[in-house]
Parts: sequence; C-alpha cells; structure tokens
Amino acid sequence: MTTTMDPTRTAPTRSLRGPRKFIRDTQLVMTREIRPVLRDPFSVIFGMIQPLVFLALFGPLLVGSLGGQAESTVGDSVWQWFVPSILVMTALFGTTTVGANLLFEFQTGAHERMLVTPLSRPSLLVGRALKEMVPLAAQAVIIVAVMIPFGFDLYPLGALVGFLLLAVFGVGIGSLSYALAIAVRKQEWMFWAVQQTVIFPLMILSGMLLPLETGPEWMQVASKFNPLTYLVDAERALFAGGIGTTAAAWGWVAALATVLVGLTVGIRSMRRSAG
Amino acid sequence: MIRTRDLTKDFVVSRSNTVHAVRGITLDIEAGELVAVLGPNGAGKTTTMRMLTTLLAPTAGTATVAGHDVVAASATVRSLIGYVGQGNGAGHMQRAADELFSQGLIYGLDRRAARRRTAELLEALDLTALGARKVSSLSGGQRRRLDVAMGLVHNPSLLFLDEPSTGLDPHNRANLWEHILQMRERADVPMTIMLTTHYLDEADSMAGRVVVVDNGEVIADDTAEALKAELAGDRVELGLDDPTRAGDLAALIERMPGGRDTGVAGGRDGHPGSTVTGRVADGPRALPELLRAADRAGIAVIAAQVHRPTLDDVFLSLTGRSLREAEPTDTTRPKDQQGQAA
Repeated sequence: MTTTMDPTRTAPTRSLRGPRKFIRDTQLVMTREIRPVLRDPFSVIFGMIQPLVFLALFGPLLVGSLGGQAESTVGDSVWQWFVPSILVMTALFGTTTVGANLLFEFQTGAHERMLVTPLSRPSLLVGRALKEMVPLAAQAVIIVAVMIPFGFDLYPLGALVGFLLLAVFGVGIGSLSYALAIAVRKQEWMFWAVQQTVIFPLMILSGMLLPLETGPEWMQVASKFNPLTYLVDAERALFAGGIGTTAAAWGWVAALATVLVGLTVGIRSMRRSAG
Repeated sequence: MIRTRDLTKDFVVSRSNTVHAVRGITLDIEAGELVAVLGPNGAGKTTTMRMLTTLLAPTAGTATVAGHDVVAASATVRSLIGYVGQGNGAGHMQRAADELFSQGLIYGLDRRAARRRTAELLEALDLTALGARKVSSLSGGQRRRLDVAMGLVHNPSLLFLDEPSTGLDPHNRANLWEHILQMRERADVPMTIMLTTHYLDEADSMAGRVVVVDNGEVIADDTAEALKAELAGDRVELGLDDPTRAGDLAALIERMPGGRDTGVAGGRDGHPGSTVTGRVADGPRALPELLRAADRAGIAVIAAQVHRPTLDDVFLSLTGRSLREAEPTDTTRPKDQQGQAA
C-alpha cells in the first residue's frame, strides 16, 4: 500500500457544530470507553465479585439473624427482598470506582492527549458516564438470571424498568466518581479514601443489607436523607411488579436528581481538568 | 506559525508563594521550522508548551498558534495542531490500532478514512504487527512511536513534541527521530515542529533552531552552530615540552579571532611540560594558524587538539551553571508544584 500523505485526502471530512457535535463527540468517547470492555468481556465479571459474595454468604444469614421479625420486615421470600439490594450494590461498587480509570489515564497521559483533541470537554465526561450503563446492565441481567433457579420470582416488565432506573442512577454516580477523580488527581490515594468512606455509610443507611425497621430511630431518620434508600425501595417495588407504586416514583426522583447533580458537577470538573 | 508576546504563567501555590513558571516569553516561529526549546527541568519549557497547546490559560500575554489565539479560539487551535505529550497519549487499556482509529474519528475522519489512516500510520511507524496488541504490553520505544502516530492522524501542519525521547535508550531515540523526520519530509510543506528537550545532543542534531530557556525566560535563540560559535567557541588544547614558553603560547591564542579564556596546566598524563588551553571562534581554522605562529616564535608544540563546544558549554557561558547541575536540587519542594513548574 502507499504511504504518501496527501493532506487533502485525510483532511477532516465533517465539521459539526453545537448539539450535533456534542452528540457525536459523546458517542466517540463512549465507544472508545466500551471497546476494552467488549474486547475483554470477563472484566465485567470482576465488578460482580463483591455483590455475588454478599448474595451467597450474607443472604442466608439474613433470615436467621432477623429471627421472628423476618416475616414483618423482609417479607416471605428473602430473595425478593435481597436481590434488588444486590443489584443496587453492584451499581454502587461498579460506578463509584470508575474514577480510578480516569485517574489512570491522567497518570499515563491519555487524558491529556484527549484534552488537546477537538473533543468538547463535556463530552469527555458524558461519554464516559453513559458507558457505565453497558457493564451495569450486563451485570444486573447475570445476577437476576443466576437467582431465578433459587426461587427468585421474575416480573419481566418491572425488572426491565428496574434495570433502566439502575442505569440512570449509575450514570449519575459514575459522573460523581469521575468528578472525585479529577478533584484528587494530584493525591491519588485520596480517591480510595473518599470512595470507601462514603460508600459504606450510604449502603448501611439505605436498608440495603439489613432492614432499618429493626434499627434505632436515628438511623431510620438518617435513611430518609439518603437517596440510595429511595432507590433500593423502588427496586424492591419494581422487582415485585409494582411499576406504578409511590416507591417506584420516589426512586425515579432520586435517580434523576443524582444524574442531574452528577452531570453538573462532573462537567464542571472536566472543564477544569487540564490545569 | 507560532507567535507569542510576553507570554506569562504564574502558579499560585499559597498566599505567600507564587511560582513564576514562565516570565514573559516572546517568540516567533515560522512555518517549516524545527525548533528545540532547551533548558533544565523547571525552566518553564513544558508550561510554555501547555499554554501553546491550550492546556493551560496564560496568566498574561498572548499567543497565536496556527493563526488563532490560544485563549479566544482554543477549539480551533486544537483541531489544527498535533500534540505528543510527556506521557503516553495512547490509553494503556486500549489496543494500538483501536486508539489510532478513535483518534482519526475524533479529528473528523469518517470510518473508512480513519481505518485507512490507521493502516498507513501503523506501517509508516513500523507498528503494523503490533496493531492488535494492548498498549500496556508495548515496549517504551514502540509506545512512543504510537504516540507520535496519534499526533499525526490529521496531518497537522504544526506538531508539538514534549520531551519526545525521555526515558528511551540511544538506539530507540535515534529510531524515533528517524521516523519523525521521515514523516516531516513527506508532507508537501515540511511540518513545523516545536519540541522541548533537556538532551543537548537532541537539540543539537535535530533542530534547525535552539531556544534556550532558563527560569521562565528565553536567554538565547539561534541555530545550534551560531550559539556554539558566538557563546562558547571551540576549545583548543596545545601541549609543549618547555613550560617556560607556556605564557607566550597562551598570548598567541588570545590574539586569534575570538581568543579568550586561556589557561596553563601541567603536562598530560604526567608528561613533563605544560598544556595550554583557550577558546577561539573557529577551532579547525585557528589551529593550523596557531601552529604556524608558534613555529615562527620558536615554540615547539608537541600535541594539538580542538574540542567542538556542546550546548552545555553554551548554557554554562550563559548562566554560569552547567545544564546538568541546573536541575532542581531542592527535594523539599512539594511534588505537584515541581510538576507544574516543570
């Protein structure tokens, strides 16, 4: 083949402006981010190890530890109560850690290279955040599929809406994780310190692992201020087929608020990430 | 192609501590030039380049790159320039060919053109066999060639190279340069290249023009040859048997064009006698003349050498410090601040 460089032949063929350019840029960033996942699909499994461990080891203990109160708190099937929790947990572990990928690209110089290309700054964040939906959906489907033989009742339409809600929430949390990465890019260890400090109180105060009804009152009050609580409740309602329930509606409010805050903070951080 | 006026960058570290990384650099680089910005770590080379590539906003002053202002038209500047940073532009989790393909799409090529360009560049930079490999599994030299390929995807007329060969062994360095120069000459109009380096030989052998930067300021700007001739000169070293005539020989050197900095030392390798050294403007021409003059004066010169100056000699004569000694030695400085000021 010829290797002569004719500038006219490789000159930019499209120059878009405004929203169309933003959409194309976002697509490009998202495709670039997804490519390593598609090339190595097993990487998706690693993000599920922690949730699956909780499912296998924590689930059986749950009923026993609740004693006589199990019936009134988690209902008759522990899986109907616990599988939605695990889905939210997967989303949480999967998306709060994605900032580490960006930190790595800060370190290697790949992010700097992207900042000198014509890609718009917001697209660098939105593309990355939207990509989180793909591994998240794959993980959620795997978990549900694994649990059906163990007696988990599937309500297909509710489950579908549940997956969608999870994806929207994941985009928001992913954006926040990227924003955190950008904020601490000069002290990388801070990323994990903050992530770990935030994730466990949020998890416990959402009633995700243990029902809060048996806990002290201050915890029940605190949980009302935790967006994760509404998400977990909504997922439980949706996976029981309750698409039109109040719980589901509050879940959407929490997820949409998370996305709004996440993207706003994330885009602002991304614009400043060059310095 | 590049035009800066009093380009300045201050980093405010704390209320009482501001690092003046770049202090008013004025520079004009014409199309087709290959310019090396040379200076010790922390001199402001990278900060200058980061302003020119729109990564950093200047504190004061202006810069026009490829015809557009770096602040007012940063997006346009980004679409016109190629940039190879200090780190690896290619993501380590990605495959080499995938990154080139993405980069092509980012610069507006359609999928077919991007695929064709990927193949072209892989071949031109000897990477064809490595296209399907993950970037993290490539060697340092291969990764650097890939970075250069990424910077060239859109055939930019202006390429920035920030310490392109740092960390490479001499063989890989030579190989990288061979590829860069080849790519440069392929274009109808030779690509303008601005590179930063702290390797003297790199600036010396590759660049048509050397801009010496120290403490955030341009302290010299000319061809390597002119800098060496004007600022350093060639060093002549003459050995003689009779130490009593050393002073006379030194006086002869002083009388040569550009003759200065003469000195007398003992004989070489324990040889009884003396060695007289000095600087002259043009060593190879001065030496025969010097020998004839010594002959006429009846001084028996038994050994003669000419040392061509290096850019280190230039830096030494400009700043009184050797380029190697000028590296920051204050290790108590916070790491991030060092990074910013570098």
